Amino acid sequence: MKIPDFPAENSEPSTQSQRDTCIAELKGVTKRFGDVVAAADLDLQLRQGEFISFLGPSGCGKTTALRMLAGFETPTEGEVLIDGQVVNALEPYNRPVNMVFQSYALFPHLTVADNIAYGLKQKRPRPPKSEIADKVGKALETVRLAGFEHRRIWEMSGGQQQRVALARAIVNEPKLLLLDEPLAALDRKLRKEMQIELQDIQRQLGITFILVTHDQEEALSLSDRIFVMRAGRIVQIGTPQDLYDNPGSRYVADFVGTSNFFDGRIDAVKGEISTLQTEGGLTLDGRNTANLTKGEKGCLSLRPEQIRISGEATDGSMEVTVQNRIFLGEHTEYLVRHEALGNISVLAPRQSELGARGFEKGDRAHLSWSGQSALILRPD
Amino acid sequence: MRAYAICVYLFLYTPIAIIAVFSFNAGRHASQLQGFSMQWYGRALKNPFVMEALETSLIVALISATLASILGTLAAVGLQGIRGPARAIFDAIIYVAVMIPGIVIGIATLIALVTVFGVLNPWLAAIWPEGATPPALSMGMGSLIAAHTMFTMALVIIIVRARLGTLEQALGEASADLYATPFGTFRQVTLPLIAPAVLAGFLLSFTFSFDDFIIAFFVAGSETTLPIYVFSSIRRGVTPEINAIGTMVMLASLILLIAAQLILRRGDRK
Repeated sequence: MKIPDFPAENSEPSTQSQRDTCIAELKGVTKRFGDVVAAADLDLQLRQGEFISFLGPSGCGKTTALRMLAGFETPTEGEVLIDGQVVNALEPYNRPVNMVFQSYALFPHLTVADNIAYGLKQKRPRPPKSEIADKVGKALETVRLAGFEHRRIWEMSGGQQQRVALARAIVNEPKLLLLDEPLAALDRKLRKEMQIELQDIQRQLGITFILVTHDQEEALSLSDRIFVMRAGRIVQIGTPQDLYDNPGSRYVADFVGTSNFFDGRIDAVKGEISTLQTEGGLTLDGRNTANLTKGEKGCLSLRPEQIRISGEATDGSMEVTVQNRIFLGEHTEYLVRHEALGNISVLAPRQSELGARGFEKGDRAHLSWSGQSALILRPD
Repeated sequence: MRAYAICVYLFLYTPIAIIAVFSFNAGRHASQLQGFSMQWYGRALKNPFVMEALETSLIVALISATLASILGTLAAVGLQGIRGPARAIFDAIIYVAVMIPGIVIGIATLIALVTVFGVLNPWLAAIWPEGATPPALSMGMGSLIAAHTMFTMALVIIIVRARLGTLEQALGEASADLYATPFGTFRQVTLPLIAPAVLAGFLLSFTFSFDDFIIAFFVAGSETTLPIYVFSSIRRGVTPEINAIGTMVMLASLILLIAAQLILRRGDRK
């Protein structure tokens, strides 16, 4: 098994040439369990050194895709390639990939150091003891657990166990590091900390990370690219910003970030901006990225933070009644009601409230937004 | 309810307590208490027939428990990979094997072995070289060990299966993911984690084999195990010597059973 050396810490792992090498690939991969299609016709390419997320609700096939890369599941159809080689028939123990399990799956009868050394000890010829100890020490340092070598697994907290699981995987310098909802069991604050550390470690080692998650915030903050999945299929691939700003469908707009949706039909197409007539008879402007034609059903998506809320009416503004006010620290979320459009969520930055008292329940307010910030999407 | 429970316990343990008490009897009759003495223990341990029977019992128990532990553990690990209706059938068969009365196992084993020997012996005589006396397979130590192994193996399977059920499935996957072959995973992960159950199974098997009378009675042939010796000497009248042997066997069994329980519990805590 050939495994690349750790890149020197000061080198930039994401140079263009490295970025372009394809480290793993799924070609037309389908996986069926009996009648259930867990993954349908997946085609994807992962580049060297990327931080990738498979994002989707539970049962969307993201874990199945990950397990096919690890070798725990064999595709029913299609090919899995790692480093240019078809690995469909390769057992998990012969694949140069490592996984961090959702439950961590640490060996309870071994110490922290022995857990981390487990993968190294399986190599034939077995590396010398000093080399193993050296690598284990380095891995522990990477996850900031130096000095915990001789601890027992059950003596460690959940966050520490998570780090041991990570160290146990990265010590083998895999070509792919697979992370199956690794942070799901941690509390919110610890999860934030671990997210930052995961990203640091990934940049430092230059290993391709593949994260499976249903947490859109996690995917957005960590990934170079996100694969949004639904019912066994990939519905959109893009950078976090790309997905947020240009969702290809209502599903993606809803799953990546939050949004207000208004259903209707295309009333007029004029260049990039089109007009949508809602069921309530209102006409709203938005960017027609889905290239819908006049008369087609569409759905206008409007992010809460793109809406301006104000006490005075301006040209084209809509009058609403404030239903609820939720203080979120740096933002305030207003839930307002429009006669024809129903409930709308608005996110107002705190600065705009300084000096002003903000709006209370029952207040009349006026909403406005630019036609550029609204998107007309295909309904699904 | 409490009084009722006390009655049940008295009912259960009084006969056993009487045996223990009478084993310290100074007199030579089993039913008349005539002061305290350890003499029957000394006499039992000096009796060459007792010692020979004890040796046979120990050898049979040790070998059959070892075989049952190895075979039972392998069977339990193998059964892990089976799912669905086949698994339910296997489970049922194993529980039935434990519940079948000893006398049925004894008779069945006897008939089966006699039949097999009846077929094999002439065949062995036919292929044996001219001039040498062909070996004649018969009842004895071998058949005893075989019968006990078969019976106690089911116990080991049940105990090890229970322990395997508590192990996280992801541990095996994690081991495979860390480059360990299936055998490497068994040796480095599965076996250390089920070791308490295997050891408990061994101790239980040992106790069952050591205490067994019914199966041994049918298949022992000319061999005499300790329970068989006790049974045959009772026919010549119960002496405190028998009580002393009974007490010692009971004590040894109790210690082994408690040890097995403790090992299982410690294993669970981890």
